[in-house]
Amino acid sequence: MRGSRALSLAPARSLAGPRLRTTLTAYLFLAPALVLLGAFTFAPLAFGTLLAFADYNVLAPPRWVGAENFRTLARDPAFWVALRNSLRYLLVVPAIQVAALALALLVNRRLPGITLFRAAYYVPVITSFAVAGLMWNWMYAQHGVVNWVGLRLGLLARPFDWLNHPTLALYAVMLVTFWKGIGYYMVLYLAGLQAVPQELLEAARVDGAGRVQAFLLVTLPLLRPTLLLCTLLSTLAAVKVFEEVYVMTGGGPFGQTTTALLYVYQKAFQEFRFGLAAAAGLFVAALGLGLSLLYVRLFREGGLRPW
Amino acid sequence: MVRKLRVALGHALLYGLLCGIALLTLFPFLWTLSTALSTAGGVFTFPPRLIPERPGLANFVEVVQALPVGRYFLNSVLLTVYGVLGTLLVCSLAAYPLARMDFPGRDAILAALLGTLLLPNEAGFVVNFLTLGRLGLVNTYTGVVLPSLASVVGIFLLRQAYLAIPQELLDAARVDGASELRIWARVVLPLSRPALAALGILSSVAYWNAFIWPLVVLRDPDRYPLAVGLLYLQGLFAHNTRLIAAGTVLAMLPILAMFVFAQRSFMRGLEGAVR
Repeated sequence: MRGSRALSLAPARSLAGPRLRTTLTAYLFLAPALVLLGAFTFAPLAFGTLLAFADYNVLAPPRWVGAENFRTLARDPAFWVALRNSLRYLLVVPAIQVAALALALLVNRRLPGITLFRAAYYVPVITSFAVAGLMWNWMYAQHGVVNWVGLRLGLLARPFDWLNHPTLALYAVMLVTFWKGIGYYMVLYLAGLQAVPQELLEAARVDGAGRVQAFLLVTLPLLRPTLLLCTLLSTLAAVKVFEEVYVMTGGGPFGQTTTALLYVYQKAFQEFRFGLAAAAGLFVAALGLGLSLLYVRLFREGGLRPW
Repeated sequence: MVRKLRVALGHALLYGLLCGIALLTLFPFLWTLSTALSTAGGVFTFPPRLIPERPGLANFVEVVQALPVGRYFLNSVLLTVYGVLGTLLVCSLAAYPLARMDFPGRDAILAALLGTLLLPNEAGFVVNFLTLGRLGLVNTYTGVVLPSLASVVGIFLLRQAYLAIPQELLDAARVDGASELRIWARVVLPLSRPALAALGILSSVAYWNAFIWPLVVLRDPDRYPLAVGLLYLQGLFAHNTRLIAAGTVLAMLPILAMFVFAQRSFMRGLEGAVR
């Protein structure tokens, strides 16, 4: 950095060396962010880990119970259902990524009105889950659009009560996540595609590569960092899926659509068992971290540089 | 001639495909709007209707009478402005030394920030709620926005923008004896306007749409933002679909209006976050 050398040109009013002054200034700038991150991001990790080994209902002081919470979780079939659902939810990741990349390729061209279409595909992204959940509740209703289309195409023999079906409800909610996510990743892939040098593609075409070959051999390898970023973001979102389930099914029917984070929420804010909730939260965090590290490993040869 | 025809046919097919996909992504909105504007007839008809029956604004009037929509709207505006300004301040301050200063611990901080992106931080919301209770911030807007003010994505986005500022400008200001705070305010911020706008837009969507955290933190229904009020409305009028549809449209409109006006910044902001 050239900054420190430039700083020595500034009139040194304090007795301390310029190095110390720079450091002090830097940390003063960083102070608000570091304090907030410390209090609301890093402390919860540490404190949540401690809380996971305690029994705490806010009324009485926390009581150390060792691994009791984890034993309770292991014995609770609802927790296993929630964990299974969060893992099932990972199915949405490849679906979103393939669709978003295909869509990005489709709109990555100069056509009159193309920005209008890009905007239209992006609208679900800026919709709150409260709004999206309500709208899709109607779409999935007994006399809703989904059933109508299914009946007309002959895919359904009779109308389904999608959101009250013990196995299908989760996949119905997944479709909403898919619908809401495509536009977001489409824009990210679009940015990646527009960074691909045209000369390379032209060179490939001159060498006799077809469109598909040029995409596979030139575009895809260059998209690697974007692919990693999108897959990572989408996976973390799937692991901590919560709002759409909360709004659409509330975890029902009979807890069959509860996800890991919804379980944490229920234990904390409906049953006030904060120790148990923290233990379950620790599971979610570990799951997310494990998957993240796995991806970074898988993609490493791609030369990941997030900044 | 034949070639021209083929190109035209290709374009027609392409536009057909683009329109078909747009219909899929926009259908829920169109249907909700149509329902909100209908003042008669059944809500669920086979086939689904996109043309409202006896169109009118009666549902909107009824929603505004049944619920303090005006108040919820103001609450949402207040919460969003508070959150966005706070986020911009905290992130733009933090990004400056991370981009343009050399000091011990900088790389460690950058690594720690990146690490937080790999963790599902929502898992910490149990502890965050307890922390807010300790600080006496339950049922306050400060409590709603505080945990999300230091946005890591925001810090990286602004850091990217700061890195592009020519060193000569900073040096010149330093030679003139300007303090670092002054340089940040007078040189760095004005030159990073597009990035600041992008972060402002991204975070305003997030604050406007947030409902779980406000629902947890806020006790007093009078303080609810629109998104939470909407779910409240659903509880009150579970079977009056037309009314809830009208409320849904009202909750969507401000964000849609903002998107129409600032669509470029939206898309650009996302790209900035990637690079």
